[in-house]
Amino acid sequence: MVNTWLAATMVAVVAGVLGFFIVLRGAAFIAHAVPNGAFAGAAAAGLLGLSTLLGLGTFAVAGALSISWLSRRGRHDVVTALALVMMLGLGALFLSMSEEYASEIFSLLFGDVVGVSSAELLPILALGVACVAAVLVLFRPLMLSSVMPEAGEARGVRAQPLELCFVLLVALATTMTVPVVGAFLMFSLMTAPAAAARSLTARPLLAMGLAVLIALAIVWVAIALSYLSAWPIGFFVGTLGATSYGLARGWAGHRQRRPLSARMATDPAR
Amino acid sequence: MGFIFGPGFFQSSPVQVALIVGAVVSVVSGVVGVFTVVRGQAFSGHALADLGATGGSGAFLLGLNQLWGFLVIAAVAAGAIELLGLRRPRGRDLATGIVLGAGLGLAALFLYLDTSFSSTTGASITILFGSIFAIDSSLVPVIAVLTAISLGTVLLLYRMLLFSSLSPEMAAARTVPVRAVGIGYLVALALAVSLSAMTIGAVLSTALLVGPAACALRLTKRPGLALALAALIGVAVTWVSIVLAYDSYYWPPGGRGWPVSFFVVALIFTAYLLTQIPIPGWFSRRQPGRAMVDVGMARR
Amino acid sequence: MPVEAARVAGDEVVRLEGISVWLSGRQVLREVSFSLRAAEVTGLIGSNGAGKTTLFRVILGLQRASAGRVWMRGRAHSGRLPAIGYVPQTVALDPDMPLRARDVVGLGLDGQRLGIPLPSRQRRQLVDEMLQAVDATHFADARVGRLSGGEQRRVLIAHALISRPQLLLLDEPLINLDIRSEQEVVELLSGIARQQRIAVLISAHDMNPLLPAMDRIVYLAAGRAASGTTDEVVQTEVLSKLYGRQVDVIRLRDRVLVVSGSDESVAADHEHAHDVAERGLI
Repeated sequence: MVNTWLAATMVAVVAGVLGFFIVLRGAAFIAHAVPNGAFAGAAAAGLLGLSTLLGLGTFAVAGALSISWLSRRGRHDVVTALALVMMLGLGALFLSMSEEYASEIFSLLFGDVVGVSSAELLPILALGVACVAAVLVLFRPLMLSSVMPEAGEARGVRAQPLELCFVLLVALATTMTVPVVGAFLMFSLMTAPAAAARSLTARPLLAMGLAVLIALAIVWVAIALSYLSAWPIGFFVGTLGATSYGLARGWAGHRQRRPLSARMATDPAR
Repeated sequence: MGFIFGPGFFQSSPVQVALIVGAVVSVVSGVVGVFTVVRGQAFSGHALADLGATGGSGAFLLGLNQLWGFLVIAAVAAGAIELLGLRRPRGRDLATGIVLGAGLGLAALFLYLDTSFSSTTGASITILFGSIFAIDSSLVPVIAVLTAISLGTVLLLYRMLLFSSLSPEMAAARTVPVRAVGIGYLVALALAVSLSAMTIGAVLSTALLVGPAACALRLTKRPGLALALAALIGVAVTWVSIVLAYDSYYWPPGGRGWPVSFFVVALIFTAYLLTQIPIPGWFSRRQPGRAMVDVGMARR
Repeated sequence: MPVEAARVAGDEVVRLEGISVWLSGRQVLREVSFSLRAAEVTGLIGSNGAGKTTLFRVILGLQRASAGRVWMRGRAHSGRLPAIGYVPQTVALDPDMPLRARDVVGLGLDGQRLGIPLPSRQRRQLVDEMLQAVDATHFADARVGRLSGGEQRRVLIAHALISRPQLLLLDEPLINLDIRSEQEVVELLSGIARQQRIAVLISAHDMNPLLPAMDRIVYLAAGRAASGTTDEVVQTEVLSKLYGRQVDVIRLRDRVLVVSGSDESVAADHEHAHDVAERGLI
């Protein structure tokens, strides 16, 4: 359980930091698709007796690269939706071959309080540090390219390599998040805190910090409640995420109604 | 023939139910799916399906069959979509995704309670990935009726749906009740998604909705033919999947069989990729530029 | 310009009297009055935001006027009559949409009916006739989403015509067309008006492409309208009064330019509309 606690803390930091850019770039779909692809990898790894993280990682990276390649080819809605579902089906197949069909599916999709083994803790922490470091290093180019891509190009910030890096970072984040909160709820953790933070402030670094704080709060409460009630972590993450987002939007809307309030609250919906 | 169909295939009662229900559900999914893709509402279908998981698992808690849960939630969600006007074409809406996250979280809770308390073994699998071989045969009439309602609605509104998908403005100018038609479509969609969740699960039902339709739209430009093809492809894929799943009992790892939903999804994906291969001359590529010049020449 | 058919204006088809429309607290149309006659092409000219689409919606019965009435063939109408053909400004046509040109035209005939259309020779003949009338026969079986802008316009015109309307409304049909397509569409509409004795109302922000075909003009500015023949309406005094400030009408060879003048305001006892753009050329 302590392992999960530590891992979850790292996950929350990554969720806040990377999630900020996911929301900014309108890359919600990627945050939805990559975890589902990773699910198949984890299932395959379980079948082959390999490390779950390895399975998650390889499939997450492969999925991220494919999505990036496909989205460059223009219309990609149907094919990505079908590919996503294909991965889920594949995962179901692999799991059906293992002994622990039902419970494995459940953990991988909805998270597990004891989902992080001691062997996995160090890699997760390392991945998290790498992820956060990368985002901080790429902070300014990412900001420029996300908000004003053409201006970025003019300044030598090439959009495509940056997009590739970004998508790979999402893959990294996926690898470490899925064992804790599950493939289905990773989206919630990646986007809800960041979206809530964006409702509360327009200042980028502050928003990122707030996103981290909100994610930490969600994750800690979720683990505690899950441990006490034996209810799945995913339930708490999903509902707390939606609640925090709703509260933030509500507060922002309330502030906007006051006549003298500067229009600082940006519209997070994208 | 024994080579293709495993022993006892046609005599098996669950197989018979699976074939009937699978076919019927694929037809309605394919037909409704064509309009879904044309109207760009694939995300609504996906959202309804995911929320269906919440409904189905909730139904188990109440001791009901999951179909009722799927239906109730789909109806409520469709109503919400209509009232709140959440018909976003690209479906990347953050808010909807977060709401879905809450819904899935709730589904997680219900499934956990299902397995712990109401001893519904394999609830996760049934809800999320379907259990076409375990459909209660007493539900078959209900399924048939619901399919008829969904299909009937779409066929009745056929022209008005096409018209309002082409241009809501033009349709409204010609006295088409565009909003009512939209509601009718959402009802048909909610029914189709709930029904296909029974066969391949809430999470995968999008494939049956969007896949055959996308293939059909690549293959033909005639509306009626697109509907027929989508239904045909759906039925073919489902039946082949049932056969393969039955046969896979003897495949590794042996004694268990591969899930039907896996085959359905894999076949649909393959079929879609096949239709993406550009075969020269298959699709009538008009040369509009040339046509314009010809007109110009004829006039002068 | 060759005279195709006798330009005998027919009976009055539509008459607007004192139409005023308020939208979101703003008065978009002020006491607009004009009439449209059969076999005549009328141009509804105004800049973007002047209220052209709103006026269309009022005629179609999709927008309620705060004041005034619309008379159609002699009777006030508040409901929607299918005797009006309508081609809106933007019709987003997905390249994958499973509709051929002839399907789109067919929808104009019975798209508002329940059920599936039964194949009938009569229906097919009617559709073919319409396609021929707009010179679209050679791409009748093409996917409508893959046609060029000009071809799509023609298909939509056929769609609007097939129900034999008395009135044909086209919202900015010349937008995004190259010059040759523009000319062809204008000629087509002119021919349709005369041969089928239909009243045709075309909206545009630039009146020049319509000049060869326009019998009358309704000029919309600051929510008000001036109607009459082009010579009557497109005059410096008339338009200046309409805009509420000095504008100049310049005729250059066969083109008309309306130029926003200096800052001296014409004595006006009406308020300025805030949506008249400060432009050099309109």
